[in-house]
Amino acid sequence: MAFYFVQFLTGLASAASLFLVASGLSIIFGVTRIVNFAHGAFYMLGAYVAFTLTERFSGAFGFWGGIVVAALVVAVVGVLVEMVLLRRIYHAPELFQLLATFGLTLMVQDIVVLIWGPDDLLGRRAPGFKGAVDFFGQNIPSYDLFLIALSPIVLGGLWLLFQRTRWGVLVRAATQDRDMVAALGVNQKWLFTSVFALGVFLAALGGALQIPRDAVHHALDLRIIVEVFVVVVIGGLGSIIGAFVAAVLVSELNAFGILIFPKISIILVFLVMAVVLIIRPWGLFGKPEAAARRTPGLTVTPWRPLTSGERWILLGALALAAMLPLFAGNYALTVGSEIAIFVIFAASLHFLMSVGGLASFGHAAYFGLGAYGVAFLAKAAGLPMIVSLLLGPLLGLLGAAVFGFFAVQLSGVYFAMLTLAFAQIVWSIAFQWVAVTGGDNGILGVWPEKWAASPSAFYWLSLGIAALAVTVLRVIVFSPFGFALRATRDSPLRSEAIGIDGKRVQWTAFVISGTVAGIGGALFAYLKGSVFPDSLGISLSVDALVMVLLGGVETVSGAVIGAIVFKAANIWLVSQTDLSKLVLGGFIVLMVVAFPKGIVGTLEAIRNRWRSPEKKSALATSRIETAE
Amino acid sequence: MSMVPTLLSVEGLSKSYGGVHAVRSVSFELRAGEILALIGPNGAGKSTCFDMLNGQNMPDSGRINLLGEDTVGRKPRAIWRLGVGRTFQITATFPTMTVRENVQVALVSYGRQLFNLWGSTASYAREEAGRLLDLVGMGAYAGRPCGELAYGDLKRLELAIALANQPKLLLMDEPTAGMAPRERIELMRLTARIAREQSIGVLFTEHDMDVVFEHADRILVLNRGSLIAEGSPEQVRGNPQVRAIYLGEGLVYDARHREEAGT
Repeated sequence: MAFYFVQFLTGLASAASLFLVASGLSIIFGVTRIVNFAHGAFYMLGAYVAFTLTERFSGAFGFWGGIVVAALVVAVVGVLVEMVLLRRIYHAPELFQLLATFGLTLMVQDIVVLIWGPDDLLGRRAPGFKGAVDFFGQNIPSYDLFLIALSPIVLGGLWLLFQRTRWGVLVRAATQDRDMVAALGVNQKWLFTSVFALGVFLAALGGALQIPRDAVHHALDLRIIVEVFVVVVIGGLGSIIGAFVAAVLVSELNAFGILIFPKISIILVFLVMAVVLIIRPWGLFGKPEAAARRTPGLTVTPWRPLTSGERWILLGALALAAMLPLFAGNYALTVGSEIAIFVIFAASLHFLMSVGGLASFGHAAYFGLGAYGVAFLAKAAGLPMIVSLLLGPLLGLLGAAVFGFFAVQLSGVYFAMLTLAFAQIVWSIAFQWVAVTGGDNGILGVWPEKWAASPSAFYWLSLGIAALAVTVLRVIVFSPFGFALRATRDSPLRSEAIGIDGKRVQWTAFVISGTVAGIGGALFAYLKGSVFPDSLGISLSVDALVMVLLGGVETVSGAVIGAIVFKAANIWLVSQTDLSKLVLGGFIVLMVVAFPKGIVGTLEAIRNRWRSPEKKSALATSRIETAE
Repeated sequence: MSMVPTLLSVEGLSKSYGGVHAVRSVSFELRAGEILALIGPNGAGKSTCFDMLNGQNMPDSGRINLLGEDTVGRKPRAIWRLGVGRTFQITATFPTMTVRENVQVALVSYGRQLFNLWGSTASYAREEAGRLLDLVGMGAYAGRPCGELAYGDLKRLELAIALANQPKLLLMDEPTAGMAPRERIELMRLTARIAREQSIGVLFTEHDMDVVFEHADRILVLNRGSLIAEGSPEQVRGNPQVRAIYLGEGLVYDARHREEAGT
């Protein structure tokens, strides 16, 4: 009995940091409507800065002062980020905001390694809380008791701040209707900056307070942000009390989940999240959002199928690509195969994002499931390559069918967070279930059979499948189903009123997209000869997002160009510098701010501007005629 | 009149939010080819009534019989499948498609081809889409991006979309809101002509009394959730309670009506 009680208290102690970070995220979202992906990075920075300060200054004052000063220092960094970057993108589509803040996260990952090195850092114990308290023979660290007491105090403090101060009233008003608050003459810029500072302060404080419990390392950011996303999805984005309750719930589920499923404790959290989402899609304490505003920046130029001239040009380009083995060496062919595979992957995500309006932040899950599917079939079942290639992607299909069912119940940022959380869950399973997946060691020896083993044969195989996948997806875009999907994206109200079951349409699209991603993953397993949890990881999901945005989210097949440019640049970059994340992150931020339309979108915009004078005048005349 | 089938019959429809009775025990009927207006001051319960009829809102009690089926608790898309076309107070169309494609999507849904992954939408029911667009006077705009249309044209496009499933009943929530006076009258004349030609029943809410008195066969007046009057335009216009609550004592309507009756 005592054991379970201590386990319960450990859960409560873990909830403290989670609550601090999640409440910060919620407060920022409430006012600015930005889901700050970089929140995990600020948490990690808080831990690193606190480590340095508490090492430098001794004594109780040095420690506690160091913790608070660390949070303040990071809050100042947050203010700079808000003023320099976020102010430029408050009116951008939410997808771009998520991506820009993700770019920041990537940059911070390399920066902390540059400053603090790649090794785990063990911080000091907290003065005054170094011992443990005995509870019926079970030990509880006294620092845990301090944390347990802290979170209700922070919750109370936030409540007083929001209920009893003028600033708090403004923040609550802005959370309900920020246009109205602006119309009343409140200085929005100052309000947004101060809210962001408070949110970042809470995140950094959460990180700083962790140092006596946990080693500080440079993967803390992604670990916390996924948990925080789960917390805000369960608790309801924008609700502080929701963040508190959900943080406790998730921490307790983790604490007891380890006892029930030692290997895959995260399953329990997932199940609870699924149940909450079915009963209350906006979280336990969240409010249903008003009808989603139309994403600004959506194209008004309708898509059209390719003209026959364009078809011939593309066939020519494909034929040219097929001639690569005639003059390129083996390394170039391997790179070519990899690019072709990523074209498949990017096109699958692009279909879901541009046609369906659903930005999946965890698309690597289905890519990786396809790869593991092949590895299981080829290695464990010993099936021939053709059969494995055909059946392996079915694992991606299955994953997309299960997760997609829940994900399409939500939209916008909730959809993005949920898909990310799902991908992280799949990753954890691959990582932790060593008996089946080999864990970190992966599954080795998935080599292609003789007919596809030579670099040129494999290149042709990849190129052919990529061309087929892109063609099939394009046909679907212009099929009745593709229009039903676009209709659901454009106007849920109107599509429901003409008999379209939007959720079912979106679910189908999710399954199609996941299956195509799985096909890419299946090829990838054969290309590398092995499968690792990395092929399900967040960074791969984000690569896909960047490829789509680089190509242009408003285009029909921009992702093809995006994948080719990005993958080629990425392979080159990794061979040139150790700071590839810093460069990539900076590149993402720059792209979101400067070229939100992507390569293909920008080219199309230029072409349209070039054409428009005569078109516009023709339009005006005909409108006048009809009016007469 | 009894030979004409009843399309819609509503009995004892009620809905309250907290302690506020938004709609209390409203009952009425609508026959094929009849144009019925639902009027009343702001907050009278018109929109709540409408949302319950089209499946967006669940009544607390009451019965809705639409084309012989009990529709309480059905989703809007299921009600559409019964043969109900809808237009919205603020137009809801697909801005990234062309005008023709907007209608074609509705036709795809009507033909139950929503999960057809292989066909070409561009050639799907092209003539039928063209016919519907011609019917509302939008034929010349078929290839235009919908996002470029003026508001009045969007309203006409919405009418074409609403007619795609060959409806027996049209539900129009403030069909002329946000339009210029001349456009209002044109749109309602068009709607009334189509409704009479195809014997479609129309239920609409409206604040513009010129539109209401010119086109409605019958008028229902709601106030604070209850029906306070029902009858022909003349009867409603002459009802002292309706005048006191909603129409006011102006003589404009009477004068205009007398003028029209004289011609």
